[in-house]
Amino acid sequence: MQAFTLTAPSDLKTAIAAASQAHAKYIAGGTDLLQLAKDNVETPTRLIDLEALSMAGIHAGAEGLHLEPLARMADVAAHPAVVRGWPVLSQSLLASASPQIRNMATIGGNLLQRTRCGYFRDTGFACNKRQPGSGCPAIGGENRMHAILGVGDQCIATHPSDMAVAMLVLDATIAVTGQTGTRAVPIGDFHVVPGTTPNIETVLQPGEMITGIDIPATAAARRSYYLKVRDRASFEFALVSAAVAIELDGNTIRSVRVAAGGVGTKPWRLPEVEAALTGRQADAATLKAAADQAGAGAKPAAMNGFKPLLLRRSVLRALQTVTA
Amino acid sequence: MAMIGQPIDRLDGRLKVTGGARYAAEFRIPNTVHAVLVQSTIGAGSIARFDLRQANAMPGVLAIITPDNASKLTHPEKVPQAVAGPLLQNNDILFNGQHIAVVVAETLEQAQAAAAAVRVRYNRGEAATSMDAMLSQAYPPKHFRNGQRPPDSKRGDPDGGFDSGSVKVNATYITPIEHHNPMEPHATIAAWNGNKLTVWTATQGIAGAQATLAGQFGLEKSDVRVICPYLGAGFGSKGNTWPPASLAAMAARMVRRPVKLVLSRAQMYTSNGYRPRTVQRLKMASDVNGSLIAVRHDGFSSMSQPILGEFSEPFALATEMLYACPNVAVTHRLVALNAALPTYMRAPGEASGMFALESAMDEMAVALKMDPIAFRLRNYADTDPHENKPFASKALKACYLQGAEAFGWHKRSAAPRSMRDGNMLIGWGMATSTYPTNRMPSAVKVRIDHNGRVLVQCATQDIGTGTYTVMTQVAADTLGLPMHQIRFELGDSDMPAAPVSGGSMTVASVAPSVQAACLALVEKIKDLASTAWPGVPREAIQVGGGQVRAAGHEASITALMEHGGQAFLEAEARTAPGEEKKQFSMHAFGAQFAEVRIDPDLGEIRVSRFVGAFDGGNILNAKTARSQLIGGITYGIGMALLEETLVDGETGRIVNTNVAEYVMPVNADIPDIQTIIVPNDDHHSNALGAKGIGELPMVGVAAAIANAVYHATGVRVRKVPIRIEDILT
Repeated sequence: MQAFTLTAPSDLKTAIAAASQAHAKYIAGGTDLLQLAKDNVETPTRLIDLEALSMAGIHAGAEGLHLEPLARMADVAAHPAVVRGWPVLSQSLLASASPQIRNMATIGGNLLQRTRCGYFRDTGFACNKRQPGSGCPAIGGENRMHAILGVGDQCIATHPSDMAVAMLVLDATIAVTGQTGTRAVPIGDFHVVPGTTPNIETVLQPGEMITGIDIPATAAARRSYYLKVRDRASFEFALVSAAVAIELDGNTIRSVRVAAGGVGTKPWRLPEVEAALTGRQADAATLKAAADQAGAGAKPAAMNGFKPLLLRRSVLRALQTVTA
Repeated sequence: MAMIGQPIDRLDGRLKVTGGARYAAEFRIPNTVHAVLVQSTIGAGSIARFDLRQANAMPGVLAIITPDNASKLTHPEKVPQAVAGPLLQNNDILFNGQHIAVVVAETLEQAQAAAAAVRVRYNRGEAATSMDAMLSQAYPPKHFRNGQRPPDSKRGDPDGGFDSGSVKVNATYITPIEHHNPMEPHATIAAWNGNKLTVWTATQGIAGAQATLAGQFGLEKSDVRVICPYLGAGFGSKGNTWPPASLAAMAARMVRRPVKLVLSRAQMYTSNGYRPRTVQRLKMASDVNGSLIAVRHDGFSSMSQPILGEFSEPFALATEMLYACPNVAVTHRLVALNAALPTYMRAPGEASGMFALESAMDEMAVALKMDPIAFRLRNYADTDPHENKPFASKALKACYLQGAEAFGWHKRSAAPRSMRDGNMLIGWGMATSTYPTNRMPSAVKVRIDHNGRVLVQCATQDIGTGTYTVMTQVAADTLGLPMHQIRFELGDSDMPAAPVSGGSMTVASVAPSVQAACLALVEKIKDLASTAWPGVPREAIQVGGGQVRAAGHEASITALMEHGGQAFLEAEARTAPGEEKKQFSMHAFGAQFAEVRIDPDLGEIRVSRFVGAFDGGNILNAKTARSQLIGGITYGIGMALLEETLVDGETGRIVNTNVAEYVMPVNADIPDIQTIIVPNDDHHSNALGAKGIGELPMVGVAAAIANAVYHATGVRVRKVPIRIEDILT
């Protein structure tokens, strides 16, 4: 681990100024950053601890849910209003990590966690994400867990967050604050595909910080569901996951959002599935036909050729469950 | 009440859960400094040169040891183990993740930072990483089972028998590289006092560590003291003395300070062995009635470059002895790769080999349309067909029957995909388990003090399984004293020597020594009584409950000691295997039953019930035994469905060197496990009748689950771990 200084500013402005310096990083729960620092994957020389900012609130109202960035995963997952009004969010959090980690990790940090790609996490390997231009051994290597959507010739690492997938179907908006003020970024625009710059994973600029997440209260949010498929029954990242939020009028699908995890280089929305559902009857044939649209254009690697099928099956199961 | 057999709580339990048990890295030795290993990032080639300028200039750095300045280890050939390196003795790189330097600094953090700043230039070679591509270059092991058995065997005419069979299976089974991942990392503190070396090290073999370090550093064994009172598990990974312990001693001598060297989790993937990958071909033929005519079991296990040592996974030894079959051949071959040296991992050989054999047995039963248990009973071996000897004891039939009864096997419908619970596919599978009963010489010292307290000492190990507790029980029963008056100490080479805690042999080796030493102490007590009470016939003297009695006389042991002017009494005994191995075939047995639930659309496989019935001989502690049994079954579930070390084909570097991506079972994966101990008093194997149960419960688990997966889905998966995609159709 690289030696670093640790400061804990009590106001946002100071924190942002500190984080705008070179080699500076925010630290919240630290569940990911400390691992990466111990492995010399991240080598910050300045850590800015956000705990003193006291931004851990969970505010649920008639219009929606406002989450402050340092809210713990465990607290959001267990919040009665979240369980009632945004079940997919609670479910995705409870399917993540372990109780110990959920007690420490924050939702802001969760949106920013780095990929679990073993090549990225070991400085003994080349990695375009860690060291642009050095190569991507995962493309021809051990890539069972890797992405099939949003991939390119630079990087095929998946985004690991379950919660971000749930937030996609909830139309969450991320408030981002920097030295010039605060801007609102739709969750779908927050993460970016690797393209030729796999080292860039979000639209955050240096020093910018997630200062809030807003999620509207909708009928679809109340009827939402998260399905996670994995080898181990708990405490494992998704092989494939599917999130659905749906509003039914009788048996007619008035609006629907569908997204998937474990398959994309970023949390992956499935508009092709949504288009095949919206306005139609939520019958078995429609759900099946829509699910079969999932992952159109997927580009599997040598060891994850099963993922397109597993994605379609997972989306179908999630649709069946949420409409049952 | 006799203590042996009782479900006694482990004596070290409270210490362990309160942090009071001191593990190797936790000893506080004054002036200790910290060493961190640097490992290679190429798989083959050599070190061209180091650039240590930046690292040497970092704060706290005391020394950087590389092949350029490493001590030459004087007598590595005198080392009694099959691990020959890497010990920084030359610049060759033979695998990715090989130790190439040791950084020593005042603090751990300083050493870690400096280790990350070590720069190295390599001459890159081409790494051989694909076992499948190298099968044609396989070679026979030179030291199979430490030279105690031939790697190949044959009885009858297996090939002719196979050709003449009516029903046949001919299939290849694959098991992956697996890592032990004990909770406690490998750790050593080494301290020199002149030419005497003391190491606190995490080891399953005190005596082996002492002999290895003495050999490497040109010392007398008596000049090396090895201390390890507690072990955070080993599963075989701490059976040998691996290079990090030796490098800690080397570093301590160079910096003239005690040195602590603890491996990181990632470093443990290339530092202390692993279960090698195996490719095993089973050819099996029977007559129409299900009597086996021929079995061939030919296989390969992956190896390092031979110069690093040798380990051959003995996967086909159970095939030799398990079933009555006239024509059997087995072969073991090695495939040398640019990989670290593999080693023993829980049930080495049996775990991987019985996956293949017991999967093939299930395939045969399917082909014969026979019940899998009936097929096994048809071929039941009443005597060992390989060694032509009677079994010392064998209660396998009772294991099948009691296990089947508890599981409800008779309710199984034979056809694949025929059992469901709603949408879920249910599969029931079973397999046999077996593991040899091993034993080696062991010595124990016992002493009773003037206050009546007894100290029993042996340089054995408690690898987390209950040695402290069980040996105290044996001493209590033998001396007729309550357990609280007895203290059993282990884990120090100054004590009488014991064998490595491997091969499930600690109880079978050490318990007879404890018993013999305590009996010798009883004789000394009787000597005192005979002196105190002239004329009393010796055979009339009874010792028990701290009292000595004989026709009209009674005194406490301590009173007799005082009367005889003895501040303490001491006795020592050494016990060793006798002729029993020549007369008998000695094995433990079991029957494993698995239920899996599989989502037919998503392919997720979960084990929903498990029953294991075991003939482990005489069970000395019902509670620690059950812990062993459920632990072994859990280990087997990991092998069946989760565990696999992934090696990058291009570089030979392991990709999942952490316990997030090397996936082992968590509580949610483990159902209620029912264990049945089938009573069997083995009078032949050793004085206590114990067979050893460390490895037995994991053997056959993977096959039972694979057979259950077949029963649930109709898909025969001939490799582990069985993955979602293997059954997704």
